[in-house]
Amino acid sequence: MRTRGATEDHPLMRWLLTAVTISFVILFLLLPLITVFAAALEKGIAMAWNTLGDPDTISAIELTFITALIAVPLNTAFGVAAAWAVSKYDFRGKSILTAFIDLPFSVSPVIAGLIYVLIFGLQGWMGPWLREHDIKIIFALPGIVLATMFVTFPFVARELIPLMNDQGRDEEEAAMSLGASGLQTFFRVTLPSIKWGLLYGVLLCNARAMGEFGAVSVVSGHIRGQTNTMPLHVEVLYNDYQFVAAFAVAAVLALLALVTLTLKSFLEWRYADEIAAVHRH
Amino acid sequence: MSLVIDSVTKRFRGGAAALQGVSLTAPQGAFVALLGPSGSGKTTLLRILGGLDFADTGSVRFADVNWLGVPARERKAGFVFQHYALFRHMTVAKNIAFGLEIRPRRSRPSKADIALRVKELLALVQLDGLGDRYPSQLSGGQRQRVALARALAIEPRMLLLDEPFGALDAKVRKELRVWLRALHDKMGITTIFVTHDQEEAFAVADLVAVMNQGRIEQYGQPETVKRAPNTAFVQDFIGAGAA
Repeated sequence: MRTRGATEDHPLMRWLLTAVTISFVILFLLLPLITVFAAALEKGIAMAWNTLGDPDTISAIELTFITALIAVPLNTAFGVAAAWAVSKYDFRGKSILTAFIDLPFSVSPVIAGLIYVLIFGLQGWMGPWLREHDIKIIFALPGIVLATMFVTFPFVARELIPLMNDQGRDEEEAAMSLGASGLQTFFRVTLPSIKWGLLYGVLLCNARAMGEFGAVSVVSGHIRGQTNTMPLHVEVLYNDYQFVAAFAVAAVLALLALVTLTLKSFLEWRYADEIAAVHRH
Repeated sequence: MSLVIDSVTKRFRGGAAALQGVSLTAPQGAFVALLGPSGSGKTTLLRILGGLDFADTGSVRFADVNWLGVPARERKAGFVFQHYALFRHMTVAKNIAFGLEIRPRRSRPSKADIALRVKELLALVQLDGLGDRYPSQLSGGQRQRVALARALAIEPRMLLLDEPFGALDAKVRKELRVWLRALHDKMGITTIFVTHDQEEAFAVADLVAVMNQGRIEQYGQPETVKRAPNTAFVQDFIGAGAA
């Protein structure tokens, strides 16, 4: 009989852990995804496709893309700035700032939405002033973008802070001593060395921005064809018993997520050598 | 054209004194070692000379210019870091060319000139033909020579080395310091070299400043410092190393 090494686990243990993980993934992640596509295609692909042509659905898809298109670039810029400040500088209150970056992860999205209603809503702090100047934030695009930005803020910063902490300040200092300006240092030294982490953060941020339900639900007002994003539209359709239409939109959302994941895996595979070179010391 | 450091002080955030009035004069082209235990302030002094840290009070004049008034990026002080600080996403050649390629168009050499300069520098640091490698594909000693070539590419007015051989094994250390000294003699650049290894300091430098708790305990030629230690600390520090 073969003896086991001291650091080797019991084979039964290994088998059990693997089995549990695989069943969990199938049961909780894969099956629901398959169900979504199955329900969407229940009455044929033509039927599902037709429901996507509904003006309200098209409007929801458009609104989702517009929201992501505004929120993701802004949060990318803020995230890089925040990660830069936290990892490369020492200042008073740094640990508090770091804790605040995580806030959107720990606060319920519904509360995030409510905050904006309390500030910008008709009865809110700035409500009367906004009404006087005919500016609509709540139940309109600005509110949806704000709520989405709140919820998706940590993704880029969270991804970059450990990476930039790990890389330290040496390369930036070297660049400066060689005569580089701040911008040159950022674009030629910092950005290239964080670009994979940044890309990953942006993809995650984008996935969440398009999928956010809770916070957006509070500020959107659910006006069909105007302020419904895709996740909200799925709920509206479902509550109307339009199951094929609801699952068709849900399937499009799921597809977007799958495209994001595939893109990330493809890039990791395509640039594996370069990624390894950057991470090795 | 000499370097005159006068009463430089520096406190860290939190109040601990890093430098408590450091003064030092070095003639143009000198090779000065700042020697001391960790926490003695030698690296802080070096970083102030390089513009990576700022003095609270005191002055530095170099080549009759108020050196501390010159922004770091305009000082042309070639800085070499203990952990190399090479740009890991760039090839060796790109690393060396960096200081030239970022110059504004009017003062930037042509592509061909930069390529030629990189080739010369690679030869100078004995790394011919390795220009296409990435830093992660080189040994520690090779990386530090790339870092040196990168610093030399900008034709520095002063060379600042922060424990450059600290991360290398003893044999490579010895080879590199002999080579560095020869390089210094050939180029004649004023060089400040930080180390905690007294044997290294004495072997390589014209002048040694022994530092302790933010002060210079003794400053002079290696033989003088070795033969006649000024203070109990110097005696102890050198004695401990020799034993």
